[in-house]
Amino acid sequence: MISISSTFKLSFRALRVNKMRSALTMLGIIIGVGAVIAMLAVGTGASSQISEQISKMGSNMIMIVPGTTTAGGVRMGAGTQSTLTMADAEAIQKECSAVSDVAPVHSGVAQVVSGHLNWSTGITGTTQSMLNVRDWPLSSGRPFTQQDVRSATKVCLLGQTVVDNLFGGADPLGQIVRIKKIPFTVIGVLGPKGQSPNGQDQDDTIYVPITTAQKKLFGTTFPGMVRVIMVKANSSEELSTAERQINDLLRQRHRISNKQDPDFSVRNLTQMMQAAEQSSRVMTLLLGAIASVSLLVGGIGIMNIMLVSVTERTREIGIRMAIGAKTWDIRLQFIIEALTLSMIGGTAGIIIGLGGSHILSILAGWPTIVSIPSVMLSFGFSALIGIFFGYFPAYKASLLDPIDALRYE
Amino acid sequence: MPIIEVNDICKTYHMGDIDLNAICKVSLDMEKGEFVAVMGPSGSGKSTFMNILGCLDKPTAGTYRLDGEQIADLSRDELAAIRNRKIGFVFQGFNLLPRTSALENVELPMLYAGISAPDRRQKAREALRSVGLEGREQNHPNQLSGGQQQRVAIARALVNDAPIILADEPTGNLDTKTSMEIMELFVKLNNESNITVILVTHENDIAAYSRRVIRFVDGLVVSDVKQQQRR
Repeated sequence: MISISSTFKLSFRALRVNKMRSALTMLGIIIGVGAVIAMLAVGTGASSQISEQISKMGSNMIMIVPGTTTAGGVRMGAGTQSTLTMADAEAIQKECSAVSDVAPVHSGVAQVVSGHLNWSTGITGTTQSMLNVRDWPLSSGRPFTQQDVRSATKVCLLGQTVVDNLFGGADPLGQIVRIKKIPFTVIGVLGPKGQSPNGQDQDDTIYVPITTAQKKLFGTTFPGMVRVIMVKANSSEELSTAERQINDLLRQRHRISNKQDPDFSVRNLTQMMQAAEQSSRVMTLLLGAIASVSLLVGGIGIMNIMLVSVTERTREIGIRMAIGAKTWDIRLQFIIEALTLSMIGGTAGIIIGLGGSHILSILAGWPTIVSIPSVMLSFGFSALIGIFFGYFPAYKASLLDPIDALRYE
Repeated sequence: MPIIEVNDICKTYHMGDIDLNAICKVSLDMEKGEFVAVMGPSGSGKSTFMNILGCLDKPTAGTYRLDGEQIADLSRDELAAIRNRKIGFVFQGFNLLPRTSALENVELPMLYAGISAPDRRQKAREALRSVGLEGREQNHPNQLSGGQQQRVAIARALVNDAPIILADEPTGNLDTKTSMEIMELFVKLNNESNITVILVTHENDIAAYSRRVIRFVDGLVVSDVKQQQRR
């Protein structure tokens, strides 16, 4: 039996004889592998961008907003009715098992003044749970405590954009800012979070204790009113459970039967984002599948050339058989020749694919991520194609009759 | 024990309804070290006979023992192994691999015998030297004359130490002078290495180098005579 390394040498020589033909045959595989890698890179880049946005927003998040009011037949839209209370938030925290943390929010927009600088921004009154719900660490200082919330102290956490606009480069910790002319002590700075999925600057905000917002900044139509309740579920699997539990609990608390429309609505933000991520994954697969077709066509090109090659070299096959080549010696020789074609093509395709996705990300501005598995997959796939499409010509060659093959002109 | 024992072999081809006997009931023995010429007009069955002797084909009836081994019931791959170890082929058209150096052509049978690369190289060089082609190792067949190409083919036949050389009209494509040289090389191998040489030829001049002449006509052996070898 002939050794594999000798067979590889034989195949290299055979491919060198017809350089142009070998190069053109490889081109099919090169384009196929390159396309698979570039397409997967585009798709992976898109879905990782979405999942990055999800993690920025805070994972496993559910938002509860009050329902709509109707004034003389004119419906005012979601969030216009004031139905949610601090007590609702506490009840969700206590009674919904799938919920890990709850942060009620009472917010508004106000002018903020520090020294000679001023800035208009959203003021979010909330509890200490908010930072956990939104996965939002502080870059300096301390969060407010339960004590701050209970006694409505005048402390605040500033978002990075607010710090930049009110303090420039100075350290805001311990400084006083005036919100609606009321002095607040800056106790911490929120870490930069960047844009939200819909393009808002999430860093342009100030957090104050919710009680302070209710009593001193924006007032309430009734004590304990909140505008929004943010909820974090235990895990992404429990998101729907949490959603259902909250729905049931709030219907019960607000005395709304199942036949009536609720006076609140539960929005599962993470699930929406996950659907987007899912669809971009499907797109990735689709792109990969389309690119794979070109890889398949490349494989058929290899089979075509190998069949021609077997016919051309019938006499050589006859000689080899006469002097002792066994069935598998011949078969292996042609399979390895096809494999060599497809693997050299695959390697060149990987380089083209890497370069191509880099150029795409520069020219089109798309985020592209070349994942190692996609490279290994397409290389492995091209090798498999070499073996698969090389097998039939090799099989044909190995079954030639040595006498006929020797006589072949 | 004879190296070749052929007993009542037939090779029958089915052409539609007609059975065609290429050879019929051929029986003969050859001893080790014999120099045999097989002669006969085209269509006489001598090529079929040679294909069977060379284990390229199997008889449809009868038995063939080569070096004591029964050939009829061997598989394709077992036949390939026998050809590799026991038989060296020399063809009329040389049948060297194109675009491949003389040295690598000679290495080919050892490649399929599983001999390591350094040993292959060394034995191939020795074989080329023994046929008088030292210094031509790297030449490709198209850079060699007909006689030189046939010498490469003979070196390839020798290199696995096969006890039998089957030569099918080895001088058919060569001029008279070169034919003489090639035949003298066969005689030398036959005498010095005790290799059994069986050659097919049309020409009496070439057959004169042998010590036994077997004639085929219409698939039958019509004569089998020993003769004085021309020196």
